[in-house]
Amino acid sequence: MKLESRIPSGPIENKWTSHKMSMPLINPANKRKFKIIVVGTGLAGSSAAATLSELGYQVESFCFQDSPRRAHSIAAQGGINAAKNYQNDGDSVRRLAYDTVKGGDFRGRESNIYRLAEVSVNIIDQCVAQGVPFAREYGGHLSNRSFGGAQVSRTFYARGQTGQQLLIGAYQALEKQIHTGSVRMHTRHEMLELVTIDGHARGIITRDMVSGKVEAWAADAVVLATGGYGNAYFLSTNAKGCNVTATWRAAKKGAGFANPCYTQIHPTCIPQAGDYQSKLTLMSESLRNDGRVWAPKKKGDTRAPDQIPEDERDYYLERKYPSFGNLAPRDIASRAAKQVCDEGRGVGPGGRGVFLDFADAIKRLGKKVISERYGNLFDMYTTITGEDPYSVPMRIYPAVHYTMGGLWVDYNLMSNLPGLHVIGEANFSDHGANRLGASALMQGLADGYFVLPYTIGAYLATAKQPKVTTDHPEFKKAVADVNTRTAKFLSIKGKRTVDSFHRQLGNMMWEKCGMARNDKGLNELLKEIPALREEFWQNVNVPGSADNLNTALEKAGRVADFFEFCETMAMDALDRDESCGGHFREEHEDEGEAKRNDEKFSHVSVWEVTGDKPVRHKEPLVFEAFHPSVRSYK
Amino acid sequence: MKLKLHVWRQPNKDQAGAMKDYAVEGVSEHMSFLEMMDTLNEQLMNKGEEPVAFDHDCREGICGSCSMVINGLPHGGHKGVTVCQLHMRHFKDGDEIFIEPWRAKAFPVLKDLVVDRAAFDRIVASGGYVSVATGGAPDANALPIPKKEADLSMDAAACIGCGACVAACKNASAMLFTAAKASHLNHLPQGQPERFERVKNMSMQMDAEGFGTCTNLSQCEAVCPKEISVRVIAEFNADLIKAQVKG
Repeated sequence: MKLESRIPSGPIENKWTSHKMSMPLINPANKRKFKIIVVGTGLAGSSAAATLSELGYQVESFCFQDSPRRAHSIAAQGGINAAKNYQNDGDSVRRLAYDTVKGGDFRGRESNIYRLAEVSVNIIDQCVAQGVPFAREYGGHLSNRSFGGAQVSRTFYARGQTGQQLLIGAYQALEKQIHTGSVRMHTRHEMLELVTIDGHARGIITRDMVSGKVEAWAADAVVLATGGYGNAYFLSTNAKGCNVTATWRAAKKGAGFANPCYTQIHPTCIPQAGDYQSKLTLMSESLRNDGRVWAPKKKGDTRAPDQIPEDERDYYLERKYPSFGNLAPRDIASRAAKQVCDEGRGVGPGGRGVFLDFADAIKRLGKKVISERYGNLFDMYTTITGEDPYSVPMRIYPAVHYTMGGLWVDYNLMSNLPGLHVIGEANFSDHGANRLGASALMQGLADGYFVLPYTIGAYLATAKQPKVTTDHPEFKKAVADVNTRTAKFLSIKGKRTVDSFHRQLGNMMWEKCGMARNDKGLNELLKEIPALREEFWQNVNVPGSADNLNTALEKAGRVADFFEFCETMAMDALDRDESCGGHFREEHEDEGEAKRNDEKFSHVSVWEVTGDKPVRHKEPLVFEAFHPSVRSYK
Repeated sequence: MKLKLHVWRQPNKDQAGAMKDYAVEGVSEHMSFLEMMDTLNEQLMNKGEEPVAFDHDCREGICGSCSMVINGLPHGGHKGVTVCQLHMRHFKDGDEIFIEPWRAKAFPVLKDLVVDRAAFDRIVASGGYVSVATGGAPDANALPIPKKEADLSMDAAACIGCGACVAACKNASAMLFTAAKASHLNHLPQGQPERFERVKNMSMQMDAEGFGTCTNLSQCEAVCPKEISVRVIAEFNADLIKAQVKG
């Protein structure tokens, strides 16, 4: 596997500018001769599809939902970072880049991250021009708040629905282009295979989820904007439909999968209530601007929170991390919550929870201000738990939320398969081993609006591949592969439902490859996954037929891919014998903090999964602008 | 608890459907309505039957996928919640529950409780945006927007496009959805240049899709999970009249 990162030379401040000048251009009349497939319509996919079509390319856009507006970016609550320095508090592109590199525990690629910080300012301008109703101050200017891992206020927001508003902005831009006829939209289509010809990505195979029709689509380049793999754990804050299939299918065709063990466990989610539960709900990190996290000092303290006096409470984030306090980054806040609960000081059913308390903020600012800031989140909490957070502290516990790993890409966001570009959460490059809050929205839109539209031209201008049609044997073969797999699922007629397997797999992953990992557990996991996978292929029950809307069949395909993927994820977690960011190996800790080993692991682990056994390759990480240091928020 | 369900089953778009009875057991009051449906589906599949198809995704009330009429009311009729956020503590042991898809000519049933809402996308495509291409936008703070206007815009922009407003309306009108999109943009300076063309085009598209006219009865507002006010419809109609005067 050849991993050429194509990072431009020169000082970090000039890399993107000089790279843009050095890339070949395609004249407007020629752009329309190129067809680009974009899979996924979240922030990255919608913004890319709209922008590419504005530039003149023919775009075919696909999503599995019934409308592009429903992609899971819509659920992001808190905000989007940008180095605007509107608050005059000393923010800059360099500071945002540094915070992101450090937040990722020096496991991201600094050149990509610096570019992300650089274009962040354009995103806010673009979104305002589209009519995104960001929160404003009385003077009419944009309002900001703070997020974890930063000591400046650089997060722009639209109440607690920032992801929704940004996605609607991108969706509207996409619909505008659909209206002109330059984007063809295919909803309720799921990508089930990537097609490569002479080593280049040339198309995809989809299943129409209503009619069951399996179709081939040919193009000059393919863009995957298909999100993360958090649902490997079954329970996560992801939408139910989120899956690894598109990226995993690409990996099976030769694309390298980078750092699969990097998963983000978000500290503030509503704790699990029962075994029937289908998903976990996030309570935005923005709540930590005003909420204080605490647990009782005493073990097994079952008193109601208002009966626990101030001096018997442990505000453990403020105690351990005085300079960042409640706004410590996610991996650190999650680990701290787990420690408190492991010590027997957790609250609520099963002792898996800590308090997030707004009493002080309500006393200081009044209920009205708190309700204006977080009203919808408080309502959501009440709806789910039946408790009123204005009078009783919220109970929260960490949950799987985001995945930093993804398909490997170079500086141009192209994978090692020429023509296959990967953007948003689906790629690996910008968040290292831990993502800071409000940076996912920034990355999705940066990739889609301002990076890929430039860099994909460099590929198209130089690739010089002949035009292909879906009559090519590779397309025929890929369609046959999809049909064979579908027929196999329907023929097993076993005794267990797909969900029951998924739940069991997810539980295994959470226990042994979740918030804490160790050599013994991972080795056990690597035996348990194949055993359960074997049972799945013998004993799964997929009712219904292939030529109709069949939700069980859709899930079966996704879970089958999770089974293969999870094994690689566990291998990566075992191979990375250090702790960094969200990857916490219990063997490597320093007073409960992750202990990196830069000498041995300052690299991206890239897995090649085309053979019998996954093979690990490395891209060494080079830090020229920011020097890796012990990551401290104390 | 134990429940008796009457669920709309329809094999596909072209075949007729009918209500079917099911008994579902082991329902906890902490479950969401959709988790109760998951429980039913697991029970059905364990008996070798096909699960009930329904749209759902985020399960936190923001994606707008879930869409069920429960006991005659879209999303079950609890103020400000979608089906996925409706919890079983609002029901009791032995309850009988009727579950149907959105019913509207413009939303054909695809299977069971799944309907086709592509008509909403086409309404947005007819003008629900600011025609600005990527790049070249002025600084975000160059144009201050009064907080009050920004808040009114945000109130309307909160729409999740679920279609409950259509399902609740006896004319199956899409006025609340369409007017909310127009109001979101028309309260902002960025939306002004296309304001009147927008309402005209969106209104024509709404008619072309087969949605009915507004009844002025505000059932849409009553069931809207985002509690969008019918003031957006008043604004829309006012703009439509102005658009006609302007020609």
